Amino acid sequence: MITLGHLLALSGILFAIGLVGVVTRRNVLLILLSLEILLASSNLAFVAFSRARGDLSGQIMVFFVLVVAAAEVTVGLAIAVLLARQTGKLNADEMRDLKW
Amino acid sequence: MVHPAVFYTLAGFMVVGALGVVAARVPVYAVLGLVLTLFAMSALFVCLGAFFLAAVQVLVYAGAVMVLFLFVVMLLDLAPETLLRARSRTLTAAGILLGLLFLWQAARVTIAFTLPPARAVSEVSGTTAAVGRELFTTYALPFELASVLLLVGIIGAIVLAKKKL
Repeated sequence: MITLGHLLALSGILFAIGLVGVVTRRNVLLILLSLEILLASSNLAFVAFSRARGDLSGQIMVFFVLVVAAAEVTVGLAIAVLLARQTGKLNADEMRDLKW
Repeated sequence: MVHPAVFYTLAGFMVVGALGVVAARVPVYAVLGLVLTLFAMSALFVCLGAFFLAAVQVLVYAGAVMVLFLFVVMLLDLAPETLLRARSRTLTAAGILLGLLFLWQAARVTIAFTLPPARAVSEVSGTTAAVGRELFTTYALPFELASVLLLVGIIGAIVLAKKKL
């Protein structure tokens, strides 16, 4: 019997893994990828609550999270391409200033 | 309800894929790890009755967004991450500590928080028809605002990436 607790535990574990990725990876692209894990794990929590409460609102919220994630990825990747073009590398540690 | 064997198999795929994203040295493998995670998650969505979201997750997330990522990774031809060995070890230790702290706090909050007593909940079925009806009635304004957000994203990406307008 899989309960709400199981789903929330899985969501929490995925979120923790994504958090570790955001903190430890230094490549901007991989930080963006780890952010996607964070968003996906919160989506799982929304769907789990939606099922537990018998309410469709949680699933609607996941739809909006997907839209925001798509917009975030397009702009984030455009900035990453621009940074790579300007500086030749994508290391977050070397980006101390936003001006060039 | 989800069968435990199905749940644990999918959960295993998700965790392995996520660990792949965090640990892979080569960026392409990291992207493929995320694709695995998202596919397993959409399979779990089907088991939970969120059919529309499962389809959208595969089409938009695992399809479009991840292809975009792969294009950028291959376009930029990134060298594997290079870091000083000592620095990388400290960073990894700090990251894992942070992750464990988060899990501990989240577990404490979740255990302390009790859901209102389970009333006779009707099974929700997130079919395209049901989600669409909700989206175009109760959530019509947020839906339109989401389209504006996507438009802003498109224009922003073009303005940023184009050398000369």
